[in-house]
Amino acid sequence: MAVPTYASPLERLWHYTRLTICALIFVFLIAPIIVIIPLSFNAEPYFTFTDRMLSFDPEGYSTRWYSSLLTFGMQNPDATGWAFWSDAWANANWIKAAKNSIIIGVFSTIVATVLGTLAALGLSRPEMPFRRAIMAILISPMIVPLIITATGMFFFYSNPCELLTLIGLDPQCGRLAGTYLGVILAHATLGIPFVIITVTATLVGFDQSLNRAAASLGANPRTTFFKVTMPLILPGVVSGALFAFVTSFDEVVAVLFIAGPEQQTIPRQMWNGIREQISPAILAVATLLVIFSIALLTTVELLRRRSERIRGVTPR
Amino acid sequence: MANAALDPHAAIATTASGVGQGLLTTADGKPLARALVRSQRRARRRAFLLVLPLLAFVVITFVVPIGQMLQRSFYNDGFSANMPQVSAWFAATERGTDPDDAAWTALAQDLVASADARSIGVVGTRVNYDMPGTRSLFTATGRQVRGGLEPPYREALLEINETWGDPRLWSVMREASTPVTANFYLAAVDRTRDDEGRVQQVAEQQRIYVTLFWRTFWLSAVITALTFVLGFPIAHLLATLPMRQSNLLMILVLLPFWTSLLVRTTSWMVLLQQQGVINDILVWMGVIGGGQRLQMIYNQTGTIIAMTHILLPFMILPLYSVMRTINPSYVRAARSLGATSWTAFRRVYFPQTLPGLGAGAMLVFILAVGYYITPALVGGSSGQLISNMIASHMTGTLNWSMAAALAALLLGAVLVLYWLYDRLVGVDNLKLG
Repeated sequence: MAVPTYASPLERLWHYTRLTICALIFVFLIAPIIVIIPLSFNAEPYFTFTDRMLSFDPEGYSTRWYSSLLTFGMQNPDATGWAFWSDAWANANWIKAAKNSIIIGVFSTIVATVLGTLAALGLSRPEMPFRRAIMAILISPMIVPLIITATGMFFFYSNPCELLTLIGLDPQCGRLAGTYLGVILAHATLGIPFVIITVTATLVGFDQSLNRAAASLGANPRTTFFKVTMPLILPGVVSGALFAFVTSFDEVVAVLFIAGPEQQTIPRQMWNGIREQISPAILAVATLLVIFSIALLTTVELLRRRSERIRGVTPR
Repeated sequence: MANAALDPHAAIATTASGVGQGLLTTADGKPLARALVRSQRRARRRAFLLVLPLLAFVVITFVVPIGQMLQRSFYNDGFSANMPQVSAWFAATERGTDPDDAAWTALAQDLVASADARSIGVVGTRVNYDMPGTRSLFTATGRQVRGGLEPPYREALLEINETWGDPRLWSVMREASTPVTANFYLAAVDRTRDDEGRVQQVAEQQRIYVTLFWRTFWLSAVITALTFVLGFPIAHLLATLPMRQSNLLMILVLLPFWTSLLVRTTSWMVLLQQQGVINDILVWMGVIGGGQRLQMIYNQTGTIIAMTHILLPFMILPLYSVMRTINPSYVRAARSLGATSWTAFRRVYFPQTLPGLGAGAMLVFILAVGYYITPALVGGSSGQLISNMIASHMTGTLNWSMAAALAALLLGAVLVLYWLYDRLVGVDNLKLG
């Protein structure tokens, strides 16, 4: 964006002022995320740059917070070789939390993506009845404050069969609160709006006559779906799934209310760490999570471009 | 998926054979209009069946649980279910009636029965909501009367604890004796009932909820305004730059969007601390002395800064997608007709950005009103929002009915905003990234 040739000196001045303002806002957006990366290598237990760090003295930097992450909760952190790693895999708190986060994230993403994609296909059909109202209900988990959702789930998941007593049944069933299944279902609910939004957005550009063409050439609905529809909407489905995964991976309120001690996830472990005594080890986790989100962002961007290329939608 | 037989156009294509008999029919002789209606109905049903599993899932795991939770805001049978006789006495007498012998007998028998059934704690908890300190009265009395109590009951109970004669306690028990009550809502707007049942404000030092609601809305409005001020120039820059450059800069907006909420909150805690990076820089630059480091966190300032940063992408993205579609020749035309750049911006460009501005502002406001994590971590005591109060009633005081009443009010406000958003913007126009 260059200054037009007819611009007056005042307008030129304003143009550069505006660029400066924008640069400052970009700093505001990105600096908080970048600044924790060097701070996580601090050799001292401080949250600011020490003099030695500023003079780039290697002594000022260390990876001690990363190793403290690994050894936290281990039974014998002084062991070496195989014993060390098997102990870490079995007992280290953060590794357990990471395993839980991944298990819960993957399964809730599968539930949200399968149900969400089917629903998005239905919602994108022109003949769908009550489209607007149903869409509003399906998006609402994103809009309703998390604390309200978590509170509701807290009661429901501690006695899921209470619902059936309302219609006169008296079944016996266990609690969902404090189980993996409970957390997975809760996170699936929270991830659904993201799948719906991204997949319906992909389907906006979808040419329904392709389906008719496939059908007229003798393909049954299943073949049509897997051979024609699916490849075209796949980028949208995958980025919806990534959104759902990130939602679960980052979610702490529902976990606080319905998970038991067995379902300790990374965000919950972070939450405890921040509330009790914040140490630079939290910054080490944060750095790893930032790297993780950069990887995810790159994937989503590549998918988006690929989707635009496949569908022939080129941005202006 | 789509089947040729379902397609209304296919039905029309087969009508040729039926023409000439006055009524349009399909190939197999059925009236065309009816066949069309049938095929459309089948198409509708197919579409609906695709949505049904998800709809059922969301209703069961989300809508019903919230409904169940809200039920607690006006329904609490902790007293009435465990104290049936005295509840019946309350139902049979007028408000303000002094307890007579029948009342004392009913109370004593209920207390004994409830103590034996070990439900006296539930009763005490319910009464304790309206009259703090009475839970221990119930549990202590329960321990003493377990197994039976000798008449005269009035004297016996007064001997155990004189509070049993307190008219205020009787008035509170009367309120609790009906399971359906509006009292939790009254309490959520700092109102209570006096001994005669009139609604009045609570004592001045106990008025916290209305203030908290106002603070929540006020801070959300401030945050929305800040995201607009910061987001507008960025969205404008991104929309006017060539695609290649704007895609690169867009990453700087999307990276915070994809970064964990806890990570972003943690970074602000690190930056804003008194011994943190920003205070260090200010001291180093000589703006402030080493002794006057600014308190920027654990107060409202901390909440505002951190939430503005976290919600900024939700303002930039809708603004950007609207600004992309604005044709630059309108502004050029305005300029060529003699408008100054400010006038051209104000009268021509800005009005065209309003749809994006509305969408972004409503989204940011809706999300801000219900925020919990960030205020809880960086808000201190002055930066807490209504969500934090709901959480504290859920996990701290265990007054679940109160939490439900506050949640119902908050949810009502959010749903009104959501409805407006749907009317003005449409939920299907929501975009991510």
